[in-house]
Amino acid sequence: MQALDIKLLRDFRRLWAQALAIALVLGCGVAIFLTSFGMYNALEDTRAAYYERNRFADVFSETRRAPATLAPEIAAIPGVANVETRTVGSVVLDIPGRVRTGVGRIISLPNGGLPQLNIPILRAGRLPAPDATDEVAVNQPFAEANGFVPGDTLRANLNGQKRSLTITGTVLSPEFIYTIGPGQMMPDNEGFGILWMPERAAAAAFDMTGAFNSVALSLTRAANAAEVIDRLDDLLAPYGGFGAYGRETQLSNSFIDAEIAQLKNLALVLPPVFFGISAFLVNMVLARIITLERAEIGLLKAVGYSNREVCVHYLMLAGLVALVGILIGFAAGSWLSHALAVLYADFFDFPYLIYRVSYDVYVIAAVIALAAAGLGAARSALAAARLSPAVAMQPPAPPQFSRSLFDRALAAARLSQPAMMVFRSILRWPVRAGLTTLGLALAVAVMVAATFTDDSLDVIMDQAFFQSNRQDTMLLFSEDRPVSAIEEVRRLPGVLAVEGQLYLSAELRHGHLSKRVGIEARPPGADLSRAIDTQGRVVAPPPGTILLSARLAAELGARPGDSIEVEFLGNRRETFHLPVAGLVTQYFGLGAYMDFDTVNALFRQAPQVSTANILLDDAQEDALHARLKDMPGLAGTMMLTESRRSFQDTIAENVLIMNAIYATIAVLITVGVAYNGARVQLSERARELASLRILGFTRAEVSGILMGETLVLALAAQPLGWLLGWAIAWSMTAGFTSDLYSIPLVLKPATFAQASLVVLTATVAAVLVVRRRLDNLDLVAVMKTRE
Amino acid sequence: MDRPIFRTEGVTKVYDTGGAKVHALAGVDLELFAGELAVLLGPSGSGKSTLLNILGGLDRVSSGKVWFRDLDLTALRDRGLTRYRRDHVGFVFQFYNLVPSLSARENVQLVTDVARDPMDPAEALGLVGLSHRIDHFPAEMSGGEQQRVAIARAIAKRPEVLLCDEPTGALDSKTGVQVLEALKDINDRFGTTTVVITHNAAIRKMAHRVVRFHDGRISGVEVNDTRLAPHEIAW
Repeated sequence: MQALDIKLLRDFRRLWAQALAIALVLGCGVAIFLTSFGMYNALEDTRAAYYERNRFADVFSETRRAPATLAPEIAAIPGVANVETRTVGSVVLDIPGRVRTGVGRIISLPNGGLPQLNIPILRAGRLPAPDATDEVAVNQPFAEANGFVPGDTLRANLNGQKRSLTITGTVLSPEFIYTIGPGQMMPDNEGFGILWMPERAAAAAFDMTGAFNSVALSLTRAANAAEVIDRLDDLLAPYGGFGAYGRETQLSNSFIDAEIAQLKNLALVLPPVFFGISAFLVNMVLARIITLERAEIGLLKAVGYSNREVCVHYLMLAGLVALVGILIGFAAGSWLSHALAVLYADFFDFPYLIYRVSYDVYVIAAVIALAAAGLGAARSALAAARLSPAVAMQPPAPPQFSRSLFDRALAAARLSQPAMMVFRSILRWPVRAGLTTLGLALAVAVMVAATFTDDSLDVIMDQAFFQSNRQDTMLLFSEDRPVSAIEEVRRLPGVLAVEGQLYLSAELRHGHLSKRVGIEARPPGADLSRAIDTQGRVVAPPPGTILLSARLAAELGARPGDSIEVEFLGNRRETFHLPVAGLVTQYFGLGAYMDFDTVNALFRQAPQVSTANILLDDAQEDALHARLKDMPGLAGTMMLTESRRSFQDTIAENVLIMNAIYATIAVLITVGVAYNGARVQLSERARELASLRILGFTRAEVSGILMGETLVLALAAQPLGWLLGWAIAWSMTAGFTSDLYSIPLVLKPATFAQASLVVLTATVAAVLVVRRRLDNLDLVAVMKTRE
Repeated sequence: MDRPIFRTEGVTKVYDTGGAKVHALAGVDLELFAGELAVLLGPSGSGKSTLLNILGGLDRVSSGKVWFRDLDLTALRDRGLTRYRRDHVGFVFQFYNLVPSLSARENVQLVTDVARDPMDPAEALGLVGLSHRIDHFPAEMSGGEQQRVAIARAIAKRPEVLLCDEPTGALDSKTGVQVLEALKDINDRFGTTTVVITHNAAIRKMAHRVVRFHDGRISGVEVNDTRLAPHEIAW
């Protein structure tokens, strides 16, 4: 091995603590990049492959009942490649061994077997026979959650008729990668299942013989999706079309989109912070090393090493730090992405796992990490290369201190000389002091940005469950029913209170912007399900107006007082212009609210309801469910209490894990910055501090000077960190927001205090470690050493 | 001692230290011959170190010419000077300038790694009487031993010239003599042109020629008819 390489390795070994502190920060960046960017790629590639192989449709539409003869007309729309018409229905399930009712979505399979689009993959057993009337294939997660194997049976209330269905097989479908039932916030595979049933049986059950109520299209490469959607809407309008939509609005797909967007957001926001801090730390440490090794650099040049060789020597030192960081990052990133893949496996149902971060992502991460270290090292390494050998052999000129306005201010403040030394040093190296402050501020910011979600979720929970939707259970009717249906529900066991509610599908337009939403209308005085305005007050939509959720209003570019066009879909195909009366706070979905009587008047109908909201006596829950399993005209039930509990559990667990991870990250950043900063200062001031000791200053006084600078900078970093944390949190909430949900920016003083506490504690700990070196300082040796 | 190995013509060196111009060399014409041991003598600030740096290719002239044999050092760019130092020159410094993280052998190896026809590091250390300290680190050696490692490092590449800047400046008289013995031994054995700069007048007695410096100029050159061995010198 070359002597210069031996020097490199020995230097690296001597610097191990500082190198490790930097490598850990760099490793964090690599790990988060691997996890976020790697998973982003893996998820997108897996989905793309699945969609391609199983021909996931491009356009979807539901309708009330369209004749089968319409299919050729749909196929004739320019740009349409394939048309799949089918029967889709919702049923209440009686699952053996389960007290609560389940909800099933029936999807018809063409008589020939597999459809042309959204092709299910058979995972076990077989598909139902085309002629069978009581056979179904179910989605695999539903089967697994309930312990079903082919041959098992379950009972379903099919349009008022209770039938026993035999499970012939389990399947997965690209339409249901994220399987979420009506009104649920996260998948409940036990209570919600997809049932594929032969066309003939499904049509008979839902009165769709010779007709269809759902259509899926694939498009040619050259097709204009917006135009196809318009043409399809025109064709389906006379048959109660609910409005066609593209993939981006398909429920399962849009949840994956939201997850992919989050990963991308994470990959773009966090890793640059770590790489930036690493570059700064490498810069700070290497600049010091090169100052210390000035004479050695001169010597290397004197004996004939070229500028390039000297430059490379120092770049390689940074390279070694990067290498350790990369290895740490690879290990942590592989572990993290594996953990994330396991988490995804719980939520997303893919037939194959391409949940492996591809090798090129590892290569990209390594290249970025090397580039960050190289960038940090570049200035110092180039300075070493440029140093003239004759100059390098001379001791460096003492740093320039001069009296400035600030000095006069310090003098006026009558600071002690040690305090003066602290402040002068900060002024002498303003860039370094500034970057140290920024580094520590980023540690605070990471903590703030990570922990705020805890409080945000509290607000979401409170808003969703304790302010707006206070009912325990919702019953979904297969068809809108007269309000008298509410009286029947009132007689069910355990029902303490019941209120009706009407849902209407509509397309809202304002200017050139439009959005398809469900409008809710409730009879006056409804108390279980309520709309809450942006000030937190309960509001009822005034007659003849519409209330919009704040996000929906933003998407439509509408403000209170504006008039928006409301085109109702389904069987109530009329268009009205309604003024926006106010805005409603809502974090799930894009809601709109109208007065119950206004709706009934507009459609000249007797009052109708689509759902019944129930306040339940918990003791009688089992009795209620026993009755619901046999109740005709029910399309499904929603257990809000259950959703609330599973949401809280999942969130509580995830928040705990995430907080721990981010606190670790903040500590690593802090230690990286504070420890290296203090070490560099100790190295620069060893003579000065030893002189003070010789002059009679105590250890405590001398270490006060050493620790003072880092602590002053750490304190200065706090307000900046809060500000940066607020900005990162804000950009994260913006990144999380989709049509499905949004996260409010809730920052409490406790969040800031916790972040500051962690960072300041870590700073003090890091500086105390350096202080121990100061205690062991050999006064005589330091004074003798020539710099 | 017939052919000049170094020749300088009207060499000046001006340092610009923030407004005040310092004339470190104010026109130096000098010839140094192959195989000779020359002592450049003068008080500090007289310009002798500046000249040594220029001869060694560590620094550049402000005006004038410097030849190493037929090579015009003043015409060389950075890369050429590096090549020149690597191939022809050995340096010994007042403060040894050893790399503290490398052992004696490795410090010598630092040079043999990049030289064209080097000797074995162990051999070079043997020449300065340090075979028994070969794996010791600088911190484990005395000043005299460290300087002898530096000499071993300088001669390991078999240089044509050995440039020594106050080689005994940081040493006491006794260890200083040991170092000078080592330098004389190399000069006698290999005929390496050796230039020693010092402000210690006693050392002049071991030289073939003594060049005196004063205020950036040569104030006199004398030839020693009878040289003393280092152990006969004391200060």
